Formats: sequence, C-alpha cells, structure tokens
Amino acid sequence: MPNAPESPRRVPRVTVDRDGPLLVEGPVEIVREDGTVVTSRRFQVAICTCRRSRIHPWCDTSHRRRVKEETGEEGDTP
Amino acid sequence: MTAPALPTPRGELSDAVVFALHCGASVPSLAQQTREADPYGDDLQLALYVLYELHYHGFAGVADEREWDTGLLALRRALELRFTEALRTDVPPRRGAEEALEPLLLEPVGHDGSSVSHFLQRDGERWQLEEYAALRSLYHLKEADPHAWVIPRLRGRAKAAMVAIEYDEFGAGRPDEIHARLYADLMRDLGLRTDYGRYLDASPAEALATVNLMSLLGLHRALRGALVGHFAAVEVTSSPGSRRLAAALRRAGAGPAAQRFYDEHVEADAVHEQVVRREVIGGLLADEPDLEPDIAFGVGATVFLEDRLGARLLGAWRRGESALRIPLTVEPGR
Repeated sequence: MPNAPESPRRVPRVTVDRDGPLLVEGPVEIVREDGTVVTSRRFQVAICTCRRSRIHPWCDTSHRRRVKEETGEEGDTP
Repeated sequence: MTAPALPTPRGELSDAVVFALHCGASVPSLAQQTREADPYGDDLQLALYVLYELHYHGFAGVADEREWDTGLLALRRALELRFTEALRTDVPPRRGAEEALEPLLLEPVGHDGSSVSHFLQRDGERWQLEEYAALRSLYHLKEADPHAWVIPRLRGRAKAAMVAIEYDEFGAGRPDEIHARLYADLMRDLGLRTDYGRYLDASPAEALATVNLMSLLGLHRALRGALVGHFAAVEVTSSPGSRRLAAALRRAGAGPAAQRFYDEHVEADAVHEQVVRREVIGGLLADEPDLEPDIAFGVGATVFLEDRLGARLLGAWRRGESALRIPLTVEPGR
C-alpha cells in the first residue's frame, strides 16, 4: 500500500499470574546470573517464577499443585 | 509421499467401507449393523477411522473424490451419531470449562498406578516404549492437523491464539521442526517404520477412538466448543506427561531424536497450556458463552477415551503381553 504510515514498534506484552509462569511475547533472550544467555523464539515464552522448573528459566508446569493419589497403586502391581 | 494401503477389516462395517473404497463401489447403508455395533469396538472405530482418513491423506488406489461420496458421508454420519451418543452417555457431565480442566492441573505426589507415562517412566521396557510410539503415531504423524479445522469457526482472540499455537505445532515456518516430523525422527530412533498409517492395522480400537474423537470434533462446526475443550485437555496434560516419557526414553537408551520430541513438548506445551486456557477458551467464551458445556464435554470425552486406552495398555503390559493387535516382533521389514 503506497504512503502507508510506518507501524509503530510493537511493545512486547508481559502477562503476570501469581500462580503460574510469567508470559512474555517472544522471541526472548534471558541473561542468567552466570552471564550465559539463553534464547527462546516462540511466539509466547513461559518463564518460570516458582523456581522448581527442571528446564529453568523456562516453565515446565512444575508450579502445579500436587495432590496425593486416592487410588494409589493398582492391586496387581508387585 | 505415497498414501497408505487400506487396512484389514475388523467386522461387517469396516469390511463394507474398505470393500467400497477398494473396488470403487458404493457403500450400503448398514443401518442395522450400525445400531448393533459396539460404539467403542474395533469394527465401528476402524470404519470411522478409514472414512475420516479420506479427509487427510486418503489411501493408495482410492480416488481423492471419494472424500465427498454422499453414500460414504451418510454412513460416516450414522457411525458418528452412534459414537457421539455413547460419549454423551458415558462422559461425566461438567458445566464449567475450568471445572472440567481443574483435575488435569493437579499433579499426583509420587507414582500414579493408572497413568501410562508414570508406568513407562518407572517400569517401561524398550518393547513397551516401541509399542507406545507405534500406536501414538496414528495421531503424532498428523499432529495438530485435526485442530486446524476449527480455525475458520473461531473469531478474534480465540482465533488469533489458536493460529499462534498451531503455527508452533507446524514448526513455526521451518519444515524440519514440524512436530509430526520430529515424531518421525523419534520413530526412526526406536527402529520403527515412519510411513504414514503404517501401524493402523496394529492399533487397537481404544487407540483409534482417541484419533477419531479429534477428527469428529474438528470436522463438525457444531462441535467447535468441544474441539477447543479437547485441545485444551491435550495441551494441559502434555507437558508433565512428556517429561516422564522423555525420562523413560533416556532410561531405555533411545537416541537423541526420540528424547527431543518429548523435550520439545515439555517446553512448548507449558506455553500452549497457558495460551489455550486464557485466550482460546477465554476468547471463545467471551464470544459464545453458550458453548461452555460443549467445551467441558470436549475435555471430558478426551479424558474418558484416554483412560480407556491407558487401561488397555497397562492391562496388557502388566500381563507381559503386547498391547498391539499385531506385535512389532512379527512386523515384516523391521
């Protein structure tokens, strides 16, 4: 389209949830405490805030509430 | 890519469908057989699976136009109604979408004896992982395809978010990162054949039903709410399940591609879960609040059919038996 005004630079949005990860519009680079940089190119990036993730700094759903199984083991398992 | 061969029939219904496709003939109406068939059984589920496959890649030697053969469509409709009525009866009713999803957002402490991924992580042997990978290939080699059908039925927030997730599933513009392609790499690592539809004959009815549910919900605009609920259930359960399956594959000495598929899903689906709950479900409910019971039904039907598949797999494996209809050890070409 001729003479279209340049679109203003899009501001990346961050969504905060007390019980879940920080959601950041990607791509994102994270500089960790030891200076190493990790990159995620997803359209949205879920950043761990509970510090339980095994793939930190990314969320792996480890923040989820844990419950005791009512059924437990199946009877036929040795 | 060559289309797969037609499968071996498992009863009257699937025999009539396969015969009609093989010979280029019309299919009889089969009203009585449909009424009397087990809605979750091998015969009905295979007949439905074959009819749905005409909307994906079809079969070798079957004309593409058979997708819109009115006789086949009428039979498909009758089989779908039988399947859907059974699900409406058997799936515990939930009014709210969040209420339906909430149990899936809780992680059990310790070992869950009814979970396939818990079993495979702790006790899974290599042959069991291979069987699991073979029967899951029915879905994962067309991963995210049935869900793409819902896109034109959504608007605004729900549509934008659904498309963003699907873009991720389809490799974000990179063909070598399409999730279906990553799955083929996993299968190759495990020594399985990667041709599309290869393990259809080996897959039990319980596995066919999980894929038929996606095709059913994807193809029907009237079931768009249920498709979204189904998709949410898959995304919510995928991340922790994938972590256990990646650990199982590591323990069984599978190659890096096998582990990569599930490692990717741990990270990707932790994101997708957030987006599908907030934006796809949230957006659809804002747009069409009356769909809430359908969203809950989609979640419930997914859990119900996955539980049936899990019971079949764990039952066979705990007896030391193959969970497949044709054990991989007797598969030719391995």
